[in-house]
Amino acid sequence: MSSEKKLYTVSIYSENNIGLLNRISAIFQRRHINIESLNISPSEIEGVSKFIFVVNMTEDNVKKIIGQIEKQVEVIKAYYHDLDEIIYQISGLFKIKSELLFEEPQIQNIIKESYARIVTVNKDFFVLEKSGRKEEVVALYDKLSAFGIMQYTRSGLISVTKEEMKISTLLETYNN
Amino acid sequence: MATQTITNKETSTKVTETISGSEAIVRCLIEEGTEIIYGYPGGAIMPVYDELFKYQDKIHHVLSRHEQGATHSAQGYARISGKVGVAIATSGPGATNLITGIADAQIDSTPMVCITGQVFSHLLGSDAFQETDIVGISTPVTKWNCQVTKAEDIPAVMAKAFFIARSGRPGPVLVDVTKDAQLEKLDFSYEKCTKVRSYNPIPKTDIASLEAAAKLINSAQKPLIVWGQGVILSQAEEVFKAVIEKSGIPAAWTILGASAVPTSHPLNVGMVGMHGNYAPNKLTNECDVLIAIGMRFDDRVTGTLSTYAKQAKVIHFEIDPAEIDKNVKTDVAVLGDAKASLELLLPLLNENTHSDWCQKFTDLYAIEYDKVIKHDLYPSTEGIRMAEVLKEINIQSKGNAAIVTDVGQHQMIACRYAEFNKTKSNITSGGLGTMGFGLPAAIGAKMAAPEREVVSISGDGGYQMTIQELGTIFQQKAAVKVVVLNNDFLGMVRQWQELFFDRRYASTEMINPNFVAIAEGYYIKAKKVTKREELADAVAEMMASKEAYFLEVCVEKEGNVFPMIPTGASVSDIRLE
Repeated sequence: MSSEKKLYTVSIYSENNIGLLNRISAIFQRRHINIESLNISPSEIEGVSKFIFVVNMTEDNVKKIIGQIEKQVEVIKAYYHDLDEIIYQISGLFKIKSELLFEEPQIQNIIKESYARIVTVNKDFFVLEKSGRKEEVVALYDKLSAFGIMQYTRSGLISVTKEEMKISTLLETYNN
Repeated sequence: MATQTITNKETSTKVTETISGSEAIVRCLIEEGTEIIYGYPGGAIMPVYDELFKYQDKIHHVLSRHEQGATHSAQGYARISGKVGVAIATSGPGATNLITGIADAQIDSTPMVCITGQVFSHLLGSDAFQETDIVGISTPVTKWNCQVTKAEDIPAVMAKAFFIARSGRPGPVLVDVTKDAQLEKLDFSYEKCTKVRSYNPIPKTDIASLEAAAKLINSAQKPLIVWGQGVILSQAEEVFKAVIEKSGIPAAWTILGASAVPTSHPLNVGMVGMHGNYAPNKLTNECDVLIAIGMRFDDRVTGTLSTYAKQAKVIHFEIDPAEIDKNVKTDVAVLGDAKASLELLLPLLNENTHSDWCQKFTDLYAIEYDKVIKHDLYPSTEGIRMAEVLKEINIQSKGNAAIVTDVGQHQMIACRYAEFNKTKSNITSGGLGTMGFGLPAAIGAKMAAPEREVVSISGDGGYQMTIQELGTIFQQKAAVKVVVLNNDFLGMVRQWQELFFDRRYASTEMINPNFVAIAEGYYIKAKKVTKREELADAVAEMMASKEAYFLEVCVEKEGNVFPMIPTGASVSDIRLE
């Protein structure tokens, strides 16, 4: 079972230091692993950053990667989860010609049905934002691409776990 | 003096003083107890060299002939002394020349701090003269690295660098300091670093897993210990010896574990791995409990993993959690410092002798002796064999010399045949396999331990990769004994070509220079031996020399190292011929 590849998130709590991203991504690179998505943000603890990588790997290998990431001096803790163990979202932005809104009436239905949000409209273009699971954002892309999309960007996956992550306690034990 | 403040920390009541960043770097080194550093000056590091000139009575700077040599010397210094080695270089090519040594120290867990100069911070990223992104380049091969652009950050970064380099599983650290940070003034005070909040150097030893390990060991019928450098790095030699003596378990070593237990110890059953001894390799696949201590199951140790010790329960004593289950699945992992774990283990062990099981090692040794060792040490062929040189060195040194080797056939022969009475006596490039390591490492070892006999053994290939360090030996009057085992070939590659490439000797034959003349060019006493009957006297003369001495021994051109586990084969398929 664990020799089967699937999508995992690798969540890393770390110091917020220059060069750490390079150090961590090099660990994936060494094992020839492509990074499907990456998000870096502050975490629930002040001064502690959180990386969320999405990778397609076997569980055996993701465990080894976690060990090699955790041994980096500035990494506090790393975890891996499959998608069933987390609550996750991504976000997509679509820039579309404004004239299409009037010329192609289906577009208005697509927007409504997909619960996408119009961020801005001007006479040249409008911008749609859609958050949700990756499949939902991709489905919206598939529907809209038939009409022509001027620009499309998808964010990295962000997630929280269903289980508790005891980072603060861990930091305290390190400090004592 | 601009400022005079007193810090209120109990550990540091020093008065601060205003000094330059470059002076601060030197003062930090002094605070960390550094007495010898290895390096090479250049534009971006000149302010630090200017301070080294002023502090030369406190820190001895050794001018290498190439920055790579400086790193290997720092490694040799660290490996024989257990202290942090320090190498220093300028920006750009000076910094990139450090990389091989840094990578070597990383894979062999050697504590080292490298300091590089960097261009002015306003020039960073602009392709300035001698600018290179050394922090980016060194990231995958350092335990930690850091660029300093402000003088005020220097003391804390240096303290952190030394702490990280020496604590837990040791490794190399690089500190890159821009020239403006060297020139700027700061209020200097120094406080040693004792913790970094995100860093847990020694994982807590779990008593339950320790007890589980003891239970497995006590119930084992055919246990085998394989130890690595962790025993040496944690200074666990004494308690380790007590563990094997109480439990009666035969113990084999990895190349970096060599010398932690004397060669002559009855439970020392030799080296594991590709060119290791017959018995421990063969019996790895027969033992019922395999106890790995401070080693990492390198592929040169395990052969193919799918057939490695599959019948055995595996216990792994290890400081680095990332090593657990990395290559070999363990049944019981005992995390922690080897010395601390073994001290807790010792009282839990039953006394035993395992005499029938030990007899198997003796029997297989007899086979290896008959098929390999006898012919290596007492050959009937005309050409000198490498092992004969080791035999003579053993006689002269009584097993007390530190043997510093390069990489290749001579290295395997030295590890197989050198007698080690003292710990930290086998200094070699194990993980990275860096040709050119030996000669400069021997300089560092000799300077760190001048009371010890240090013998550098190289092949004719690797020797020429860092041959310029003869200049360092000469300038420093380092009494290193330099042996080159010359077969006019890149011997190990040639051996593989013979065995696996139908003797197509692609680019392995070397047309060599007059090595004696080169050594003499550096005013080093030198001798060349081509006949067996000259060998004993020549080695005796070399070992008796109070100064550096160069000895070239022309050995059999196409000698092979056996036993051998071919790539992709199982440890139990080890070949004797």
